[in-house]
Amino acid sequence: MAELQTDSRTPSFKQEMKDLAEDLLKKIDSGDLGKIVGVVNNINEVRDRTLYDEIGKLTRGLHDSMKDLKTGDELNEESGMGQASDKLAYVIEMTDKAANRTMDLAEEAMPLNTENLEGAALLQKQWGKFLRKELKPNEFRDLTKKIDNYFSQTQVNSKKISSNLSDVLMAQDFQDLTGQVILRVTKLITEVEARLVDLVAMAGEVDRITGIYHTTSNHNEKLQEDSKYIKAEGPQIDTSLEGVVDGQDDVDDLLSSLGF
Amino acid sequence: MWSWHSEVALDKNMKILVVDDFSTMRRIVKNLLRDLGFTNTQEADDGLTALPMLQSGDFDFLVTDWNMPGMSGLDLLKHVRADDKLKTLPVLMVTAEAKRDQIVAAAQAGVSGYVVKPFTAAVLKEKIEKIFERIES
Repeated sequence: MAELQTDSRTPSFKQEMKDLAEDLLKKIDSGDLGKIVGVVNNINEVRDRTLYDEIGKLTRGLHDSMKDLKTGDELNEESGMGQASDKLAYVIEMTDKAANRTMDLAEEAMPLNTENLEGAALLQKQWGKFLRKELKPNEFRDLTKKIDNYFSQTQVNSKKISSNLSDVLMAQDFQDLTGQVILRVTKLITEVEARLVDLVAMAGEVDRITGIYHTTSNHNEKLQEDSKYIKAEGPQIDTSLEGVVDGQDDVDDLLSSLGF
Repeated sequence: MWSWHSEVALDKNMKILVVDDFSTMRRIVKNLLRDLGFTNTQEADDGLTALPMLQSGDFDFLVTDWNMPGMSGLDLLKHVRADDKLKTLPVLMVTAEAKRDQIVAAAQAGVSGYVVKPFTAAVLKEKIEKIFERIES
């Protein structure tokens, strides 16, 4: 990373300007027009030189930042940003796969459990009949066969349910992988932010020398206008913020206050 | 556990459109609806695909997400309410959008119910019942 020192040149620039300004006053007092113009030219020269220096630093800083972040001129696949997008796409793919795998396993297990449940209920009914001595001998033979079948079927079903449940557990392994990817993307974004702050500081130096002032009022007005338009924002991470509901009960309270 | 209000005779054959851009969420909602006995469901992945389906099919109920590419759920709701044929269609919004302003906007646009994600099967069931209770009364 290149060191970005924005203030190192400022004192000498200030000092040079101050010395030249004092010189200019002296020359004006003396009334020598040729010398006055000479000092004015010197002032311009110092300003231009410093400006070139600062723009040079800004350009180099920008270049270094892009190199450090491996960001090309465009967001190609090898750039840091391109990679970050790919990584996040990978997170979506992994979570999608895990969610579908989990649902497949649950959907597969649910009817097996229903079969166990309904089988037990049916046998219990017939067993009750047997205990009350309401079963005929052939019905009893039928029952013993059913009980026998139930014993083996329940074991098959239960084994499958157990194996699906442990596969559901295994399907959560995406959390580790996606967590790592997200941490790396977060780190990249933090680096980009730090770089941008440095660049803004350097550009500020150029602004000072050229006497440019930026106004931010337009931007604020636009933000205020935007807030009138309600749009989707995605999940609220911090539900303690003002204007954010904390769960379904809050939603219900708000809706009932609106007459729902 | 919840109790099934027997006074609301919900038509288990009613035709439901589930709109969400994430297929997993559509699957979850469809599964929950199936658990509640509603099996006549169709899917769309955003408002732009949902609207023509609603206009040409005789849907009885719309369950939609808010945040979707193409046409959002809020815009879909506005289109439904502005359409003479569809304006009385019950619309349940199931969304992660959790700002008061947003919920108020959805209410003003004519939403019939609002469920914030993450939600439970019990909440979904309760809201569906409430919507049809109100329609019948």
